[in-house]
Amino acid sequence: MTTIDAGLVFPERTEHRATYLNAAHTVRSWALTTDHKRIGVMYLVSTTLALMLGGVFALVLRIEHLTPGPTIMDSYTYARMFTMHGVVMVWVFMIPSIPAAFGNFLLPIMLGAKDVAFPRLNLLSYYIYVVGAAWVLIALWMGGCDTGWTFYAPYSTQSPSAVVPTVFGIFILGWSTILTGLNFIVTTHTMRARGVTWMRMPLFVWAMYATSIIQVLATPVLALSLCIVGIDHWFDWGLFDPVRGGDPVLYQHLFWFYSHPAVYIMILPAMGVISEIVPTFSHKNPASYKAIVYSSIGIAFVGFGTWGHHMFVAGISLFDAAAFGVLSMLVAIFSAIKVFTWVLTMKRGSIVLKTPLVYFFAFLFLFVFGGMTGVAVATQSLDVHWHDTYFVVAHFHFVMVGGTLTAWLAALHYWFPKITGRMYSERWGLLGATIIFAGFFLTFFPQFLLGNAGMPRRYYDYDPRFQTLHVISTVGSWALGGGMAMTLTYLLVAVFAGERAPANPWGSRSYEWYVESPPPKENFASEPNFPLGPYDYDVPPEPLRV
Amino acid sequence: MSDASADFESLEKQAHAASLGMWVFVASEFLFFAGFFVLYAAYRVEHPRGFGVGVETNTLAYGTVNTAVLLVSSYTVALGVHALRNGRARAAAGLTALTVLFGGCFLAIKTAEYLHHFREGIFPGGAGDFFVQHPDPGTKIFYTLYFCMTGLHAIHVTVGMGILAWLAARVLRGSVTPYAPHPLALGAVYWHLVDLVWIFLWPLFYLVPGNVR
Repeated sequence: MTTIDAGLVFPERTEHRATYLNAAHTVRSWALTTDHKRIGVMYLVSTTLALMLGGVFALVLRIEHLTPGPTIMDSYTYARMFTMHGVVMVWVFMIPSIPAAFGNFLLPIMLGAKDVAFPRLNLLSYYIYVVGAAWVLIALWMGGCDTGWTFYAPYSTQSPSAVVPTVFGIFILGWSTILTGLNFIVTTHTMRARGVTWMRMPLFVWAMYATSIIQVLATPVLALSLCIVGIDHWFDWGLFDPVRGGDPVLYQHLFWFYSHPAVYIMILPAMGVISEIVPTFSHKNPASYKAIVYSSIGIAFVGFGTWGHHMFVAGISLFDAAAFGVLSMLVAIFSAIKVFTWVLTMKRGSIVLKTPLVYFFAFLFLFVFGGMTGVAVATQSLDVHWHDTYFVVAHFHFVMVGGTLTAWLAALHYWFPKITGRMYSERWGLLGATIIFAGFFLTFFPQFLLGNAGMPRRYYDYDPRFQTLHVISTVGSWALGGGMAMTLTYLLVAVFAGERAPANPWGSRSYEWYVESPPPKENFASEPNFPLGPYDYDVPPEPLRV
Repeated sequence: MSDASADFESLEKQAHAASLGMWVFVASEFLFFAGFFVLYAAYRVEHPRGFGVGVETNTLAYGTVNTAVLLVSSYTVALGVHALRNGRARAAAGLTALTVLFGGCFLAIKTAEYLHHFREGIFPGGAGDFFVQHPDPGTKIFYTLYFCMTGLHAIHVTVGMGILAWLAARVLRGSVTPYAPHPLALGAVYWHLVDLVWIFLWPLFYLVPGNVR
């Protein structure tokens, strides 16, 4: 045993130790595993493949915009490609990315449990995810869908493209999301080890809990609205067809009742990751644990009352629009509470600048930027001008990519030693983070200017006066894509050739670092008894830097 | 939900986890149906007359008999859970099987009712001769919603029957026992969910035409 922080004992890594990775090597031992860590790794690999697919779509779309008019594809291909980019990124990558991969791997360990509450159901969720993803690929093979990822009726019920297999795939993916959320809620309630009280859970667990509530309550509404789109497209029953008494705006209400909370399914886990990284690399307890917890729960609940801000120009009343606008701004207050807490946490901390913390800085800048533009588009008078322009595209990419993807990369680096038992190269890590940040900013900042100047989203063609900004954006996308490819490459190399990782390379106090890297199959030999809370950096007073 | 395993330190904790899981699932299911209820509410406000005509022309007798069948089936499954908790496993299995039988009756009556609609010229999507005599678009949307919502409910009845049949077999085989009756109790929770949804469908589609004249 070695002592890393004074008074805290962490196990030492020994050669040929039994881990979850070397417990068995057969394909069957992976395919039929109920080990939450292996399921988490399978999700991580699958969602990363989805990210690559969606990323290639994005790069090709950006190339199309190098020149006005046709560059490399026709307009129908363009419409199908931006739709499939959205579908793959939202449902196949981003929604499961942090919860299903990192959440699965970490949640039970952070609670001191051996596994989730329903391990077999967990495996089932993974296979449901695979089937759903396969249907999205089948849709792609059938030519893809051209409605945009929002499937607005009535066009989505009449489009000649492959609408039905696409929405069917998303419907199935939704089941996976619901079952994962259910599993996490029950696990958090029933599997906590002695001493891990609600207010001594790591903040990442709180973020997962809040996310799971949204997953369980919002996803079924999406499932239903997509069912109806599928039925209308297939049987022509016309539930959203005005000729037969239907109302297309109702579709928008139902869709956004899910899809606005869904953006919190994407950002809350990212906030949870950040809430772990900031205390660890500042070696300091969070400025306010409770502020972060309650703001997560607050976002989860307020998020259900904001959907109308997508519909300011869809004919909803002025009063409704004002109410939705104000409720949307409440989210900004909760988010600001988090941002200030993170920044205050760093004050007088003992800061160690490693790659995950660099990603936090990128996150902080991009998320605040994206969040402030979110307040702007939640203001009705401004949104009328920006609605359906590149301004909105830039806004949600700043939050979803600048926020969630950046946090996902931070998580990938932060927990890389825990998951793989290897260290990545810090030098490459810092370089990758810098390129990705620069590439991201170059890609999406010009889109704010484009949108403000009147460039509509989803348009194939554009006025030649927009070309300079489009070219800058496209060049930026190459830097972003290159940085991502480089990062995935050096991480892949590190999986096989990286230096062996100790149990707690960052000197963190959070519970997952009490187990070896990689963790043994059972996580803990017996029910653990954590001597300190996950952020008790002030006891003993001077933590040792590692 | 019954796959909570040896990871739990006590049976009590396992039963608690399974029960919480089922209630979370029920909440999710309610939100699924809620989407249709929202559509119904919005369309009824837009087309009060058409919906009134729909309710008045619907087959009240079929719907009411089916309500009775489902309510009795909820009673029998509750009796079954009670019997199992009191150590009468064979009675519990019998009552659960009876519940499945009532579920089958419900589906049979529902099928006859659908066939009756088809003979009257009522098809989903506003197709059929019936809508020539009743051209209000609200009536078309009423019947499309009727087929969608009762159809979705019938799918849930079928799933519930499968779950209860499986549980009855497990009670007979002795893998669900009076000492750990929670799987049957949770199966019953699901069945009550199915029942509860129907209790809302019945007034919406058969009982309340509103002020249409």
